[in-house]
Amino acid sequence: MSAPLTDEQKIAHLLGRITFGPTPAETEKVKSKGIVPYLEEQLQPEKIPDSLVEDKVAKLKSVHLSSQELLELYPPPQQVKAKGMELSPMQSPRYVVLELQQAKLLRAVYSRRQLYEVMVDFWTNHFNVFAGKGADRWLVTSYDRDTIRPHALGRFRDLLLATAKSPAMLFYLDNWLSVNPEAVMNRPRATAAPVARRGINENYARELMELHTLGVDGGYTQKDVVEVARCFTGWTIRRPRGQPEFLFDARMHDRGEKVVLGTRIPAGGGMEDGVKVIDLLSRHPSTARFIAGKLARRFVSDDPPSSLVDQAAKAFRESDGDIKDTVRAIVRSPEFFSPEVVQAKIKKPLEFVASALRAVGAETNASPALLRSLVRMGEPLFLAQPPTGFPDVGSTWISPDMLLTRINFAIDLTANRIAGTRVKNAETWAELVAAPEFQRR
Amino acid sequence: MAFSRRLFLKTGGLGLLSLGLPPSFLVRAAEGEKSRRNKILVVVFQRGGMDGLNAVVPFKDRSYYSLRPSIAIAEPSSGKDRTIDLDGFYGLHPALAPLTPLFDKGHLAVIHAAGSPDNTRSHFDAQDYMELGTPGVKNTPDGWLNRLLTENKSDRNPFRAVSLTQRLPRILAGKAPALTMTSIEEFRLRDSLLAPALQKVYANIQDPLLRQGGENVFEAMRILKTMESTLPPPSSESYPAGRLGESLKQIGRLIKANIGIEIAFTEIEGWDTHVNEGGAEGQMANRLQELAGALAAFYRDLGDRMDDVALVTLSEFGRTARENGNRGTDHGHANVMFAMGGKIKGGKVYGRWPGLDPGVLYEGRDLALTTDFRAVCGEILSRHLGQKDLKKVFPAYEFAGPPFGIIA
Repeated sequence: MSAPLTDEQKIAHLLGRITFGPTPAETEKVKSKGIVPYLEEQLQPEKIPDSLVEDKVAKLKSVHLSSQELLELYPPPQQVKAKGMELSPMQSPRYVVLELQQAKLLRAVYSRRQLYEVMVDFWTNHFNVFAGKGADRWLVTSYDRDTIRPHALGRFRDLLLATAKSPAMLFYLDNWLSVNPEAVMNRPRATAAPVARRGINENYARELMELHTLGVDGGYTQKDVVEVARCFTGWTIRRPRGQPEFLFDARMHDRGEKVVLGTRIPAGGGMEDGVKVIDLLSRHPSTARFIAGKLARRFVSDDPPSSLVDQAAKAFRESDGDIKDTVRAIVRSPEFFSPEVVQAKIKKPLEFVASALRAVGAETNASPALLRSLVRMGEPLFLAQPPTGFPDVGSTWISPDMLLTRINFAIDLTANRIAGTRVKNAETWAELVAAPEFQRR
Repeated sequence: MAFSRRLFLKTGGLGLLSLGLPPSFLVRAAEGEKSRRNKILVVVFQRGGMDGLNAVVPFKDRSYYSLRPSIAIAEPSSGKDRTIDLDGFYGLHPALAPLTPLFDKGHLAVIHAAGSPDNTRSHFDAQDYMELGTPGVKNTPDGWLNRLLTENKSDRNPFRAVSLTQRLPRILAGKAPALTMTSIEEFRLRDSLLAPALQKVYANIQDPLLRQGGENVFEAMRILKTMESTLPPPSSESYPAGRLGESLKQIGRLIKANIGIEIAFTEIEGWDTHVNEGGAEGQMANRLQELAGALAAFYRDLGDRMDDVALVTLSEFGRTARENGNRGTDHGHANVMFAMGGKIKGGKVYGRWPGLDPGVLYEGRDLALTTDFRAVCGEILSRHLGQKDLKKVFPAYEFAGPPFGIIA
């Protein structure tokens, strides 16, 4: 057994896990406040004033616009061509994702609501949407702002329902096109869906259980996938590139009876069918265990002790899926501060870059040059293609190519060679940022 | 190597020391002499689950057309946008046209109704199973390409196995060193003066993940540096734009460099066609076009060297036999594989056709599997790479039945 952690080690460890990396100021703060009060403060982000970073984010215009406004201001190329519109180069749709990436990186580096930002990042990957898929380019901004952020430390069930109804997810996992095969309609006039399509699409239903709730071994069958897909028929988008808002279209909905995980959902439930599935899945014991396991992996180690996962799953169940309670149970557990898990986590690229900027006190405007380093390290923000999002297991991030890119980032950062990012006495930091120890938290 | 060899002979070795080059340079130069034309296996993974039924079309199976009213590819006949007849029963998707010369020359084989026997329809489990080489078993610690490498432990050359991806794929994870690289040109330190100090730091840490990572990085950079003068120029062959073409181009260059590469891996995404898959044209046709263009360019680029190369394609599962409500297909079961190489006995579609009648579909919906991907890969491993003990690579798989004879 290794010796228990000293107070200083505990603080460094805590900040490595619940923030995007320690800074001298934050370390002092925990020292004077104490670990538990600091954690409790971080669990109430709405009470932490955060004007420094929000002033920076305010300058990123697109981040504050609705999906509808984004489509008007940064119109899709097809529309520009069809209507012969004259646009300024600044109206290219690529700015929508770029500014969203910049906002995320700025918040990771500068926000005082660090644990909240860590949780936003966690759920963004858990409920991944690929901004590169068609209309999603214009939908992820609202997804981040209106779907993920309001619930990141709230109730899991609310977050799950919000994602299920979000145009971004409906588009990404194709549910907006899932139609009752028996539907009697010439064409779904309320939507932009192409003519004469009939039949369910299993994509969302499968990932809802496999990735969002129960986990792949959580005890569902192919039959359940089909039944869940039937429940969600009619959960669609009014017009993805015109009026991108949630719509329940009763004509697309399968009105028959369904049986999901042994629970009967009577015929004629309409939109309630989907809500019942959300309730059923968010309260399922497999979900508690799956979410607890993923959170424990984020905060403790790639292979977290099962005693800890049990405790966290219990906190999740007993609080009816309260995310704060679950996080609290993990961070306040004895396992959290056990010497074995110190430096056990490899930083994801976002964590590595943000922690480097925080450690050296860099001034940054999150320029495209900085975002490119994240791409080269394998984490292009909001652009994970598979529905798993970016993985949270160390070995996936330390391939030779990625490690070399990380070392080169350290070299560039500490030579002040990254446009838009400045470090004082840069060269004195080279050894720290390029060190193998700095790849871990 | 030619440069250092000349220099070595001229100076009798000793002179090098007086030029300020360390003795390790001599060892390196000698290493270069060993480089040889070895056999190479290239694996291309198609992530997302390719729709094998539209890639290689069983146009004589009556059910094919009734199952796919809006996305089926028309029977071979004159005119464009039709299946390209291979043998009177199967035909290639028209976007795969660049592959027909290879098939006709007998250097491209098709294996139909092949894949992983596990019934999972999860992308992530199915990919893991295929990459670990143990369908149904998730906790296998290493990928099957890595197990292939550990058979010869003495050789630590990181170029033995190269993945042209950022992330190390599971198929190559394991004890033996394996390299990932996205570009040969950019695989260098941005400040070479720092190299010695950094190399030392990474070599002296306890952390095995970062120590091994650092070792591979610095060793690979060292080898590339010694080969600077002998590395063939980037190919002038026209590869299609996109990641697959770029990575096959880089793989081709590494093979021609005789850098000791035995295994290469790359991947192409975008096969998860739940919606608007398209038929002769459209979403999947675009992917197939990129695939075929890249494979054909690689084949032309390597020329005679294709005799040393066997390339196989894998995809985690096929797709539903029936099209869904969105002119797409959902996750299914058996798929199609391609094998390409100078010694591949191509010009033929291998595998028993299970049929598409409703009564014989797997779980009532998917193409049934008649060939385990391990049977195909195993045969290539033993005949092409001389792998004797296939059990080490594919544990728990019984290599029963007569060989395919897919490779000479």
